[in-house]
Amino acid sequence: MRGLRWGVRALGEVVITLGMLLLLFVAWQLWWTDVTANRAQASTIQALEKGFGPPGRPERRAAGPPATLRKVPLGQAFAIVRIPRFGADYARPVLEGTDRDTLIKGMGHYSGTAFPGQVGNFALAGHRTTYGRPLNNIDLLQKGDVIVVETKASYIVYTVDRHVIVTPDKVEVIAPVPQRPGAKPTQAWLTMTACHPKFSAQYRDIVFAKLVKNIARASGLPSSFMAVPAGAAG
Amino acid sequence: MYGPLWRMLPGPWQVKALLLLVLVVGVVAVCFLWLFPAIAPHIPFNGNSIQTGLQLHGYSTAAA
Repeated sequence: MRGLRWGVRALGEVVITLGMLLLLFVAWQLWWTDVTANRAQASTIQALEKGFGPPGRPERRAAGPPATLRKVPLGQAFAIVRIPRFGADYARPVLEGTDRDTLIKGMGHYSGTAFPGQVGNFALAGHRTTYGRPLNNIDLLQKGDVIVVETKASYIVYTVDRHVIVTPDKVEVIAPVPQRPGAKPTQAWLTMTACHPKFSAQYRDIVFAKLVKNIARASGLPSSFMAVPAGAAG
Repeated sequence: MYGPLWRMLPGPWQVKALLLLVLVVGVVAVCFLWLFPAIAPHIPFNGNSIQTGLQLHGYSTAAA
């Protein structure tokens, strides 16, 4: 009888401990991953800005068209995304590739899709929740909202065209002409993909944006593009 | 398991409580910094398919 009582008590304590560990895991996933990822992504932004050099400064290298990106090693950060709708300070790094470890460090560029400003589709993936959640507010983007992609060579300005909510297998959203696989691209697009709804991976919220302007870094980015739209959450 | 642990800790109850707090902080730290990051990829919490998005049949846009 005493043995049974001891066994029941021990079992109870084990179950309570497991429950606490589970709660702890949820806290880690929902809170701590944001803390560490935000810190890491902010330092990546700083490193990128340092590497790009101050804006508005004439290129020190030989004159000619700004260098365009052709190939970036997997996992390397190469651009900064700024979205005034998400706040004047919103800046997130873009890294090459979309595997799990890359998306923890910022937005991921779907390998094989166009690079910023190029004709075709510059396609990005970003977390909707957890790990710094760069695209937490993707659903708030409206037609005409500005998305600035900053590279070493230039500021590439896109404006939002439309949203779609699709199942994850609809890879045609990152086709060179979005949603028209096989079509020959004549325009430069930006596509962002994030999970939908929040805390689910059932669907994807997709935003398509069109190129407006490609501004050489030496010219500087006109501040009008960074104006936070009225009613923005950030 | 918690009863024997409490009895194992030395000193008066104030010291025991302090030691217990240190133990708890230690366990949380091990979980946050090592255990959870290691097991997270295997837990179907952030979606059941973290797949690399490729323009190939059968693949999907990255779960994020």
